[in-house]
Amino acid sequence: MSASIEMPVLKDMFDENGLARDAHSADVQPIYLDYSATTPVDPRVAAKMIPYISEHFGNPASRSHPYGWTAEKAVENAREEVAKLVGADPREIVWTSGATESNNLAIKGAANFYSEKGKHIITITTEHKAVIDPVRELERQGFTATYLDPEPNGLIDLEKFKAAIRPDTVLASVMFVNNEIGVIQDITAIGNICRENGIIFHVDAAQATGKVEIDLEKLPVDLMSFCAHKTYGPKGIGALYVRRKPRIRIEAQMHGGGHERGMRSGTLATHQIVGMGEAFKLAREEMVLENSRIRKLRDKLLHGLETMEEVYVNGDLEHRVPHNLNISFNYVEGESLIMAVKGIAVSSGSACTSASLEPSYVLRALGRSDELAHSSIRFSIGRFTTEEDIDYTINLMKSKIDKLRELSPLWEMFKDGIDLSKVQWAAH
Amino acid sequence: MSHIYFDHNATTALDNSVLEAMLPWLRAQSGNPTSRHIFGRSARDAVENARAQVAESCGAYSSQVIFTSCGTEANNFAIKGMASHKPASQILTSAIEHPCVTRPAMAMQQLGFISRQIAVDADGKVAIEKLKQQLSAPTSLVSVMLANNETGVIQDIASIADMARAAGAFMHSDAVQGLGKIPLNFTDLNVHAMTLSSHKINGPQGAAALVLDKRIDIEPLLHGGGQEKNLRSGTENVAAIVGFGAACELAAARQKSYASHTKMLRDQFESGLLNINSAVNVTMFGNKVARLANTSFFAIDNIEGETLVMALDRKSYAVASGSACSSDSTEPSHVLLAMEIDPDTARGAVRVSFGLDNTTEQVTRFLVTLKDEVLRLKQLTAIAA
Amino acid sequence: MAYSDKVLDHYENPRNVGTLDKNDPNVGTGMVGAPACGDVMKLMIKVNDAGIIEDAKFKTYGCGSAIASSSLVTEWLKGKTIDEAYAIKNSAIAEELALPPVKIHCSVLAEDAIKAAVADIKAKQLAKVSA
Repeated sequence: MSASIEMPVLKDMFDENGLARDAHSADVQPIYLDYSATTPVDPRVAAKMIPYISEHFGNPASRSHPYGWTAEKAVENAREEVAKLVGADPREIVWTSGATESNNLAIKGAANFYSEKGKHIITITTEHKAVIDPVRELERQGFTATYLDPEPNGLIDLEKFKAAIRPDTVLASVMFVNNEIGVIQDITAIGNICRENGIIFHVDAAQATGKVEIDLEKLPVDLMSFCAHKTYGPKGIGALYVRRKPRIRIEAQMHGGGHERGMRSGTLATHQIVGMGEAFKLAREEMVLENSRIRKLRDKLLHGLETMEEVYVNGDLEHRVPHNLNISFNYVEGESLIMAVKGIAVSSGSACTSASLEPSYVLRALGRSDELAHSSIRFSIGRFTTEEDIDYTINLMKSKIDKLRELSPLWEMFKDGIDLSKVQWAAH
Repeated sequence: MSHIYFDHNATTALDNSVLEAMLPWLRAQSGNPTSRHIFGRSARDAVENARAQVAESCGAYSSQVIFTSCGTEANNFAIKGMASHKPASQILTSAIEHPCVTRPAMAMQQLGFISRQIAVDADGKVAIEKLKQQLSAPTSLVSVMLANNETGVIQDIASIADMARAAGAFMHSDAVQGLGKIPLNFTDLNVHAMTLSSHKINGPQGAAALVLDKRIDIEPLLHGGGQEKNLRSGTENVAAIVGFGAACELAAARQKSYASHTKMLRDQFESGLLNINSAVNVTMFGNKVARLANTSFFAIDNIEGETLVMALDRKSYAVASGSACSSDSTEPSHVLLAMEIDPDTARGAVRVSFGLDNTTEQVTRFLVTLKDEVLRLKQLTAIAA
Repeated sequence: MAYSDKVLDHYENPRNVGTLDKNDPNVGTGMVGAPACGDVMKLMIKVNDAGIIEDAKFKTYGCGSAIASSSLVTEWLKGKTIDEAYAIKNSAIAEELALPPVKIHCSVLAEDAIKAAVADIKAKQLAKVSA
């Protein structure tokens, strides 16, 4: 603490006793630990993008004048950068408006194109809504689906996956890295099973780029979704990898001018594409160093929080990206916890579901109780997180959890040795 | 680049004030609008502020504005999403629509719908009598663009919408070319849904909107996180949406001056064009009916439009031979074919579309260059013949 | 999440957190709610022989509004007779704290906690009389 107080900004975050101040009591921006919801745009990415918004404007599909040509060249350079990060051929990269669209296009596009081969789809209950909801939509259109539960550590049991395969299974969709708990699935093994059974394999890699190595030359994956804004690029741009050898076909979901070789029509946002290319280039160049730095920070955070009683890490710690730490604080209610930690910007569950008070469906799928699911916090660490940020967070969490537990009748009962599962609650 | 830009119907340069509004959202720590912390809430506020700006610019309520990634997406969303809430029947789109209206209508044929075109007359206006007959068959949706991107011809959408409604169909209008160029009011337009796009009005690429009468049911195109009140999933493109909002406010504020300024330029251009040389025969398209003040669409006898566009490009003028999406094909414009212009004349079509940044001097110099190039090309053709 | 200043005040500086001796014949305990519902409130009141509430303590597992509701009622209860306490309505709590509609159930829970604590003390007094 004494070292960190010398930091001019951090100074404002602590009171005269060195205790953490709440964000609303001091005029200080909270510390951002929500990199899995979205990352800030790297300043180097922003610098590359801005000329393409203001000066090099032009519709890339306009072939008749140089405004269009410059834009097209930039778009193709960016396509190469995206392809390079994931070991793909640039011709296998289709631009989209983001991972949600990529997932919709991959799942509906492949299921519809190959529907004569079968109408059964396998996916996982811990997938992002942008995978689950398109599959549900296909169910309404006459497909059937199996939603596999992962093991309590968040990983898929390969035998259970094999057992879910039916003769009419046409498509499987499994995410690379989970957005809430950061666990990494064994994509190679699952992909091989799919290959052996002639199943198209889609992978949502929105949370994986820049965090795990992706080599599509080796990975047995047919379709893979990406987006820029989880990897220090801009929002509103993504890509879908569509394998050429063996060639995978998809039905377009957005029809029009026939852009992206007919797979995705619509005017491309040149500056955003340029931003995605630059962001993926930086990810490729800096991934190894960055991950080891982030791992140190995550381990420090984990060790700091583990000194408290009754904290539970959600998801496997070994098969996991270092950027993510998801922890449940027992006997503390979720919403009051969020109120208490305003000094840091974190998520309780996925950003996309945090508007509702439902417990995280991902944690529920791991078998966590509603209470533990509600009292979970996802800390996600990124490029601009400092060691001081982690120190501050540990101190803040300790003091706030202590305070809330002092308020909690459940904590009191736990300390008195009462088995809460045997209590007759006056439910209301 | 020293090019003079006369292709404002294809895309427009970002306005500086719009860029200024966007920059904080491109550079700074911008959150995911779904997140509940301060970063998320400020991003949410920025999106909602932009929604109000878009609504205000077109006489709609904020709750009627659904953001999408581009006009193509908004059109696909409208056509597939609205039609699928009706029993399979015909979908009528005008013969001069952009492919991002006609193609989704055609895609609906897989689900048992029938896609049919509405004819236009020689001026490029929807043939009302024929439409009336077509509407006697069960119809789920009618889509007619407000103003055509090539000819600039403006349709009487409110009356067409009356007919569609009377036939029990939904009415959609692609209004991307209208916003900022003519007065635009969602309620007066009488449609169930209309499409707007940011990059046509000095806003950034990457944002567009479907303005929708929320009393009707629509099926989402993108399923997922439930953004945009469950109607369009996907993390909001905050920077582009902020830019779109700012551009809409700007477009509405200067719509009148845009119309008068570009009309002056076009009048200057067209009178010059018609008197370019007694040996040069010019055909004008859509100029006998109400059209966008900034658009001039014409053909010069015996000169390929594509050839003239390339020649002008070498002289640093950016004009178009047709819509951007089809300009790498050599097929004549489908808009002109629908107007029953003969294919040879149609192949000569060139579009000049002005913006507020163009000046009288530019037009004067352009006319000189145009004359030189036309005469030079004429000579080449004469030698070849 | 827009909390009123009063909710924030009670949440940041909860009054009368703690417990009383539950074996004291003059102490009534009310515990309502369930962990699975996201809130549990424990309210304890100490009543003197004149039937006046001398002290009140609470512990709450729940959202900011639940914490504020229980903190507020401990302030209100002190000095009241148990019959007056019994008459406290959730609407008064909700109004005082300006609770939004989705948080009205927190005030209902606080009213239930009062009623449970009062019922407990009455049962103890009855036991004392009959003993």
